[in-house]
Order: sequence, then C-alpha cells, then structure tokens
Amino acid sequence: MTDIAAPVPAREPTLLRLLKGILLLRESTVGMIGAGLVLFWVLMAIFADLIAPFPPNATIYPLAMPGTTVPEIGTFWLGTDHIGRDILSRIIHGSRQVLLYAPLATFCAYMVGIPMGLAAGYRRGMTDDVLSFIANVILSFPVLVLYIIIIATIGASAANIVIAVTFASAPGIFRIVRGLVLDLRNREYVFAAETRGETPWRIMLIEILPNARGPLIVDACLRVGYVIITIGVLGFLGLGLPPPDPDWGGMINETRQMAMTFPHMTVFPCIAISSLVLGFNLLADGLREVSLRD
Amino acid sequence: MSIFIVRRLGTMALTMIVVSLLLFLLLEINVEGVAIKVLGPYTSEEQRNIWLEQHGYFRPVYIRYFEWLGHFITGNFGESVRFKTAVSDVLWPRLGNTGILGLATMMVVVPLSLALGVLAGMREGSRLDRVISVTSIITTSVPEFASAVLLSAVFVFYLDLLPGTSSMSDGFSLVQLVLPVMVLVLYDFGYVTRMTRASMAEVMMTHYIRTAILKGLPYKTVIMRHALRNALIAPFTVIMLQINWLLSGVIVVEFFFAYKGFGALLLEASLNQDIFLIEACAMIAVFVAVTTQTLADLGYTYLNPRIRFA
Repeated sequence: MTDIAAPVPAREPTLLRLLKGILLLRESTVGMIGAGLVLFWVLMAIFADLIAPFPPNATIYPLAMPGTTVPEIGTFWLGTDHIGRDILSRIIHGSRQVLLYAPLATFCAYMVGIPMGLAAGYRRGMTDDVLSFIANVILSFPVLVLYIIIIATIGASAANIVIAVTFASAPGIFRIVRGLVLDLRNREYVFAAETRGETPWRIMLIEILPNARGPLIVDACLRVGYVIITIGVLGFLGLGLPPPDPDWGGMINETRQMAMTFPHMTVFPCIAISSLVLGFNLLADGLREVSLRD
Repeated sequence: MSIFIVRRLGTMALTMIVVSLLLFLLLEINVEGVAIKVLGPYTSEEQRNIWLEQHGYFRPVYIRYFEWLGHFITGNFGESVRFKTAVSDVLWPRLGNTGILGLATMMVVVPLSLALGVLAGMREGSRLDRVISVTSIITTSVPEFASAVLLSAVFVFYLDLLPGTSSMSDGFSLVQLVLPVMVLVLYDFGYVTRMTRASMAEVMMTHYIRTAILKGLPYKTVIMRHALRNALIAPFTVIMLQINWLLSGVIVVEFFFAYKGFGALLLEASLNQDIFLIEACAMIAVFVAVTTQTLADLGYTYLNPRIRFA
C-alpha cells in the first residue's frame, strides 16, 4: 500500500492572505475609486487636528464667502458659517463623528444579527420561526419611522443613535446570515464536524461563519454607507448628535434656512457626506465584482 | 393558492397586532408620562390624576390596550395634543397629499428605472451598461437631504426656475411638486434600475434566449417577446417594496420643502411628543408597508408560473 494521502499544502500566514485579498481589489477600477474615497476621509478623520486650518468650534469671521482671505487670520477656502466658524475645518472634524459612529453602530448591529441568523439558519424549527417573525415585525416599519420613534422616545445622543441603528439594522443582517447558513449547513465539512461531535456553537462560529464572510463583507460596506446616510438624516431632522461638535447632517440643518442666500454653508457638507457614502457603495460594488470573478 | 392567500393575510394581521402592542407599550405603559405629554409639564400632580381617572388610565394595561385597539380599528384615533382636534381630521388630508407626492414619484421611477435596467441588462458589460450602473450607484449615494440642497441651489438659487418651498398654501400647484418629486426619483430610481438590470442579465444568460438568438430571430423580437416577460417579474416585487423606502424618503423631502404631508406630520408629532398622533401615524405607516409587502408576495406568485402553492 502506498500512502494515498496527498501532502496538504502549507497554509499561508493569515496576514499574507489578507494582503492578497486586498490587492485583488486592484482589478476593479470602481472598487479602487471607492477605496480611495474612503481612505481619503479616514485620513482626514485621523489627522483632523493637523489638517484643519482652524479649530472647528471657534467663531472667527462670520459669513465669509469661499476663498476669502482675511489679513492676519488666514484664508477660508470653503467660507465660514453664520456664526463665523470655518466650514472646511468643521467638515474635516465632522468626518471623525461619522467615521466613528457609523462603523460602530454597524458593528453592533452585526454582533446582534449574526448570532441570531446563525441560530435560526442552523437549528431551524421553532428558533427560526420565532426569530424570523420578530425580524419581520421590525422590518415592516418604514426605517426612518422606526428611527424617529425610537430617538424621539429615548432622546438624541450618540449612544442612543447606536442603539437605534442596531435595533433597526440587526433584522436585515439576520435575514442575510440566515439565508447564507441555510445554504452552508448542508456542506460536507459541516457533516464532518457534526460526526466529530463538535458542539453546535462551535460548528456555527468556526465552520459556517468564516465561509459566509464574502457576502457579509460586501453587505457591511453597503450598510456602513447607509448608516452614514441615516446619521446624516437624523442630524438633518434635528435628532442627531448634540451640538456644538460638527456633524455633517447637523451642519446642513443649522444653515439650510440661509441656503438661498449663502448656499456654500449647506452645499459643502452635502458634498462631503455624498462622497463618503459613494466611496462605501463603490467599494462594495468592487468587492462584489472581484469576489464573483473567482 | 387560496390557502396561501389566507395564510399571508393572517401573517399580515398578526404583524399588525404585534406592532400595535409594541407601540402601545412603548408610548402608554408609563401612565404618568402620558399625562405629562397630554397636559404639559407644568401641571400639578392633582390635575394629572384627575385627567387620568377621567380617561380610565388606572385600569389594568390589557383592558386599556384592547379598548385602544377597538377604537383604532373603528377609526377613532383620539385627540391630537398639538393640533387640538381629532387626529383623523389632521391625518387624512395629510395622507392624501403624501399620496399625490408618492404617486407622482412612482409614475416617474417605474418607467424610468425599468427602461434603464432593461437597456443595461440587455448587453451586460457594454459601455451603456457601465454608464447606467455607475450613474445609479452615484445617485443612490446622495442622501435625499443632500440632493434637496443641491437641486435647490441649482434650480432655485442659480437658475431661479422653481419655487424653493412646496407648502401649497394657495391651493394645489404642479410647479411646487417638481423639486420634491425630483429628489425622491433621484434617490429611488437607482436601486430599482440595478435590480431590473440584474434580473434582465440573468434572463439573457438562459438557454431559451440563446436558442431564440441562434435560430435567427431579430434581436428586438428576442427582447420584446422572450426576455421581458420573464425579466420583469423580479422588479415587480422590488417596486412594491420600494414603497416602504419611499415612506422614509417622504419624511425628509416634506420636511425640507415644507410640504404639508404625512411624513412631515409624523416628524412634527414625534418632536412634540404628541402621542396619539404618533400612534396613528406609525400604525398607518406600518399598515401601508405591510400591505404592499403582502401584495408584493401575492403578485409575485401570481406572475411567476414556476411558483404555485397548493
């Protein structure tokens, strides 16, 4: 008898595989543009203190048009708002708020949605029926109606926005995970693990979840983009992060009454939020394109 | 099929009941809170207790819930604190206004996105496909409040073509409807387009389309007779579900343009803690959403001959 077991190829280090995965994105122009936009705002957020020409909440020189240079103070590239704060600096600092709370809220929603989706898809039966019904009830609310009711009831603060986003997004994530698990649970490696006598949660988390990561990463990118819009909308409706720290939606809300006379105050935050959401959407599209290719 | 319909309607009713219970518990479980919201924060404890006693708030929760539900089903939504009249007097006209806005939007979104989606999906990977796909990603990335600002900056500020508000204070005006509809269309058409494109592209890969092309049928006939009928089944569901998203968009747009609609009413009610108005608005929003979801399911099974339930 010869040894029939072919030598198992050595597993590449995790870091190397991750790097290769990121480099795959190079093949998608759209994805690269998206990654560039996101990276741009991430760098803005990290180095806000170094890049921003003025402190974000300082009142310096009211109602300056974009490009105004005031001797001995400096140039307001994007102008100033009605109480004299530099819009460019506020936009740069505002990216911190958005890029902190949107990914955090999305992450929390995934932490709730994934275990529920895994349990429903893997165990089926009663667990599935009950969880699916709860998800359907929450999903039957028009999203913004749900946010407004939750925020108006528990109050507007950063923590409450994260809670509201988690509550409203987890059912959607639950549905996606459940669908993926329903497909993956019939794979041979799951049967192998069951035969080995592994515990259900070990199978769900170690065997099934890593194999569902592709669609989930794409969904996460889209979802972060959508959460950014949500936080913006809440700010715009006056239910967002409390002032005075800059928040893009809030900046638009504060100045929109003057938009007819001084459009620069509202237009630039709009461009900022749209470009960041566009970045995440293009990134998601690129990732999907690359993942479908192989 | 009839069993399927009955079961689907049953689920719908159950969902509505659970939603109503959740809303009731969220807003009315705290009796003291109800009194403060209705009578205002500067009332004495005695006044509140008298009001609560008069309106039967000291009875057990479940009795109050069923009474509330009974009133609700018969169309008695209670009295609005902010508007000082019956909720239904404020609600129905507002709902009608939003209906006009929604209908106008759908009348643009549906033909536009179906046409673009079919054109893009017909030849996957072509230049036209790429232009349409990227355009639809860009437009769905611009939040409604941002496109409202940008479009008003262009059409109201620079070109001075359209009015910046749509309060319709001097009666119905078509010109005032243009900007709100434009904003909603811009945000909503991208998603339907992408879904139509995906469905069309999938149909174009099938064997029967290949057969039709190979046997020499004109391309136009292949598309019109063979592809469209199958490709437009999935977008039907997407369009129905889009109504749920439209309800969210409507809130932002109505707030921005001061349009006297349902969305603005819901927001006003929430910001002013007008609880009976919040309850009525939320229940109606959910009812519309659940009904369209049910219709989407039923319509899908009716349209798709491959799905038949015993």
